[in-house]
Amino acid sequence: MNPVNYLYLASLLFTIGAVGVLVRRNAIVLFMCVELMLNACNLALVTFSRLHGNLDGQIIAFFTMVVAAAEVVVGLAIIVSVFRTRHSASVDDTNLMKL
Amino acid sequence: MDNLIPVLVAVPLLGAALLLCGGRRLDRVGHWLGTLLAFASFGVGLALFFSMLGRSAADRPVHLNLYTWIPVNGFQAEVGFQLDQLSMTFVLLITGVGSLIHLYSIGYMAHDEKRRKFFGFLNLFLAAMLLLVLADNYLLLYVGWEGVGLASYLLIGFWQHKPSAATAAKKAFLVNRVGDVGLSIAVMLMFTTFGTFAFTPVFADAPKATQATLTGIGLMLLLAACGKSAQVPLQSWLGDAMEGPTPVSALIHAATMVTAGVYLITRSSAIFNLAPTAQLATVVVGAVTLLFGAIVGCAKDDIKKALAGSTMSQIGYMVLAAGLGPIGYVFAIMHLVTHGFFKAGLFLGAGSVMHGMNDEVDMRKYGGLRKYMPLTFVTFGLGYLAIIGFPGLSGFFSKDKIIEAAFGHGGTEGWILGTCTLVGAAVTAFYMTRVMLMTFFGEKRWVPDADGHEPHPHESPAVMGAPMVILAFGSVFLGGLFSINSSFVHWLSPVTGYQEGHSPLSTTTVTACTTVVLLLGVGVAWMMYGRKPVPAVPPLGSLLTRAARRDLLQDDFNHVVLVSGGSHLTRFLVYLEGKGLDGLVNGIAALIGGTSGRVRKVQNGYVRSYALSMFGGALVLAATTLLMRAV
Repeated sequence: MNPVNYLYLASLLFTIGAVGVLVRRNAIVLFMCVELMLNACNLALVTFSRLHGNLDGQIIAFFTMVVAAAEVVVGLAIIVSVFRTRHSASVDDTNLMKL
Repeated sequence: MDNLIPVLVAVPLLGAALLLCGGRRLDRVGHWLGTLLAFASFGVGLALFFSMLGRSAADRPVHLNLYTWIPVNGFQAEVGFQLDQLSMTFVLLITGVGSLIHLYSIGYMAHDEKRRKFFGFLNLFLAAMLLLVLADNYLLLYVGWEGVGLASYLLIGFWQHKPSAATAAKKAFLVNRVGDVGLSIAVMLMFTTFGTFAFTPVFADAPKATQATLTGIGLMLLLAACGKSAQVPLQSWLGDAMEGPTPVSALIHAATMVTAGVYLITRSSAIFNLAPTAQLATVVVGAVTLLFGAIVGCAKDDIKKALAGSTMSQIGYMVLAAGLGPIGYVFAIMHLVTHGFFKAGLFLGAGSVMHGMNDEVDMRKYGGLRKYMPLTFVTFGLGYLAIIGFPGLSGFFSKDKIIEAAFGHGGTEGWILGTCTLVGAAVTAFYMTRVMLMTFFGEKRWVPDADGHEPHPHESPAVMGAPMVILAFGSVFLGGLFSINSSFVHWLSPVTGYQEGHSPLSTTTVTACTTVVLLLGVGVAWMMYGRKPVPAVPPLGSLLTRAARRDLLQDDFNHVVLVSGGSHLTRFLVYLEGKGLDGLVNGIAALIGGTSGRVRKVQNGYVRSYALSMFGGALVLAATTLLMRAV
């Protein structure tokens, strides 16, 4: 199977994630969309690794996964504590810092 | 002996410091202390004078460098004194007349609670005036120049509880500032041209400077002289300066300070001799002022203001003589000295009359005072005869010489100037006779003052009488003394230079003319004020009289041209500033504010809009990278 198809899939997933970030309000969904974009990038990196025949992309993908895991821990903790205080997971409601 | 020169200045300065800082414990002795120090200064002056007389003319000028005031590379301001025949003449006049007026003030200011301060200011004036005439460079002269201006301001406004006195002091100070600007520009011009402002090198290098520079310096010095000596166009302050106590008017505004302008021109003779335009301006100023002051003096009913007009006019004579060049310098100074004596005597006489008349100054409320104040009448009368130039008295010798020199200027100019001085002499005779007749002759026109006190004219105490007598002696004999063997000319000519004028009229003719116009002036005055009673209420008078009562509209002119002109200019500048500069600054602020307001809306607090801008940015970066690759 032509590896370029994986790239198509990766860009499709990235686009879905990006559109989700732009149009959704729920913080959890937003978060999932961000994860989707990260993983689309991972897929693209692994594909490039395969195409070029070296391991660089795969190593970067591991780094991405580690960073994403850390980000999930921090991000979910923030979302949970925001939900506890404001009883809403909508990102539009967290605008206290706005002038 | 010559090391005594700084003592001349230091003694009155010490007096001023003691009296002004000494506090109330000096109240009882302050006036005697001030007078004593003035006399001490006079004594030192006399000692220096006799020491100078003992030397030959070439050795007479003495130079003493005290210390360097501002030692900067390329700018050396020295404090040095120069005592030559010209300075010596002034030193004796200032300390001599000054001491007499100190003595007089003891009586005149006897009941003033601020008397100690008054003597402090008088001493300060003496110190500043001596510094002015003794300085050996223009910068130190400028210090003295400002010092006398300050003392004049303080003394005109001495009774500052009177709004008129406070205003007059401010007016004198402001008008003097205009002149002072001229002097400071002249000093700066000298420094840029000659690299120094000491008299000797400046005068030595003067011929090397360009004509334009010399004319500029001369005109600026003339402006300074106009301010200090109350010459047209800066004459308006002198009449109002009469608000000060009468001894001040006698010392500062008649005998000494107002003649500083004549000193300045005479001292700078080396510059004026090389700048004919500046000399022409000087004689024009002198001629205009001598007629201006004389006309004003004719219309004033206030005895001190009539004398102030006369002072202006007499200084006009001196400035005219100084503008004539080497044929006039000596006579300008000679008239200055004799005028110092008779005008101080006249002012002291006026003060004595006011003293006896409850401080009334309106001559229409005097009349017949000769019986009540015989001493004042005699001394004032001698001063009067001297100022009108009665043959044999001081004014006759000095004024005649100026008239002769004016004719001796030569050509049409000489005729015009000579005629001006002759007309001035006639008008002088007229207004002084008028003062004399209205004050001492005719019937009594006394009225009770505002508090209902009937005046009881009485002779002043001896402490006031003695200075008047001494000044009267000077008024009578000084001119003759100076003229014996032309002694004054021989005395002063090594400093100022002297050459005979080529008068188209002989000395006898000029003297005859002067005597005729003098008698004419006296006669007209007698017809108007002696033969018939003087009305207690001033008649309406002709247009000229009414203008002269308002000082020939000088204040109105200043008001219309300078005050309202200035305020219009200011308003225009404020308008420009508001519309132009403020508009620009406010415009920039509004632009930035408005733009920020609009740009701020981008920060709307929605995560998705930030995300969109991030995506947009990433897209642009990616597109740019690809584009660069492709190219």
